[in-house]
Amino acid sequence: MEPCGTLILLNFNGGLELLCRSTKVHHVDVELKPGADGLIMKDLLCWIRTNLIKERPEMFMKGDSVRPGVLVLVNDCDWELSGNLDTRLEEKDEVVFISTLHGG
Amino acid sequence: MDAGEEKRKRSAGRLCCLCKGNKAALKRPKTLEQICKECFYAVFEEEIHTVIVDNNLFKAGERVAIGASGGKDSTVLAYVLSKLNGQYNYGLDLFLLSVDEGITGYRDDSLETVKRNEVQYGLPLKIVSYKELYGWTMDEIVKSIGLKNNCTFCGVFRRQALDRGAALMRADKLVTGHNADDIAETVLLNLLRGDIARLGRCTQITTGEDGPIPRCKPFKYTYEKEIVIYPYDLCIYSPNAYRGFAREFIKDLEKIRPRAILDIIRSGENFRISNSTKMPEQGMCERCGYISSQKWCKACVLLDGLNRGLPKLGIGRARAP
Ligand SMILES: [Zn+2]
Ligand SMILES: [Zn+2]
Repeated sequence: MEPCGTLILLNFNGGLELLCRSTKVHHVDVELKPGADGLIMKDLLCWIRTNLIKERPEMFMKGDSVRPGVLVLVNDCDWELSGNLDTRLEEKDEVVFISTLHGG
Repeated sequence: MDAGEEKRKRSAGRLCCLCKGNKAALKRPKTLEQICKECFYAVFEEEIHTVIVDNNLFKAGERVAIGASGGKDSTVLAYVLSKLNGQYNYGLDLFLLSVDEGITGYRDDSLETVKRNEVQYGLPLKIVSYKELYGWTMDEIVKSIGLKNNCTFCGVFRRQALDRGAALMRADKLVTGHNADDIAETVLLNLLRGDIARLGRCTQITTGEDGPIPRCKPFKYTYEKEIVIYPYDLCIYSPNAYRGFAREFIKDLEKIRPRAILDIIRSGENFRISNSTKMPEQGMCERCGYISSQKWCKACVLLDGLNRGLPKLGIGRARAP
């Protein structure tokens, strides 16, 4: 069997779902970069930009991170507490993105 | 060890700095404290209660309209206000107030959200239509003037709609969900435009006390990040239109220095206008009583044009009496 990647549950909210075919929840299988010993948020964002975002990627990312104003929760926890881009992800982790840039 | 427990163990990082018992779940932008969910809900609500009490926002017995757009801010505001009203016996008669512009299809989603809130929070909902407020729906206005100029109408009518609706529903006060990020953004925009009169007004927690309906902003010091996180697993709001560059700039600043948002509000509050500056006089519209620096407010000028079949009146430089 092919070695598979890491299964991650993604959830796009607050308007970000509009960038990926208006679907909020995505179950994805993210292949590791060659030589990497695990998945980190930096690589996940890269993967999402290439594979999921269908339009206006600049609404989601700025540089190699999410753009300011997009909140990220990893397993219900503010990613600022787990190391932002360096947050390590494991099988079946849940990552939620919420845009605050769409008005209230 | 089941999967959930394993996951909790693995990510069991720092403990909440308030209760020292639970795992921290978020970093507060205002204080940089790392706190757990339970403590977050408690401090979030407690801070708003403190703002309400310290600023004497309400008096017992008042009838208070909550401007409800179906967006996150007004939805969270409705929830928190009705909770605090019960918990601390404010004695307020709260209700949700929504505006229906009468644009086919446009409000369907957000009015659905507001109707859900009516049931969830047990707050009565009043929907006022442009037809009731102005005698015209937006669709009719567009039919009369064409698509090209309708933004003028949209902006002017929208700005007044909640105040007029609140008056129509005999409210004593109107509360809106403007948060700290909104206010910081407005401070910046007014500075950039050199609009001193608005700069002075935009940081006030209550405005229009001399007018028919005072307006207040209980979320003045509440960060958007926390408003978004507060209900996030409830998924209760519908996203609105995308906002512009000043907002992005605010978020860039927040990323570098989270306190920047409160600092901008403070600097707006501390702005002093020299006595030699001529300020536009704040009067009242002779037709409707809305605040206006002219004889008639902008909405009344536009309405007059519409009703007389001269819809271009009031757009651009043309002025009625
Ligand atoms: Zn705690
Ligand atoms: Zn008027």
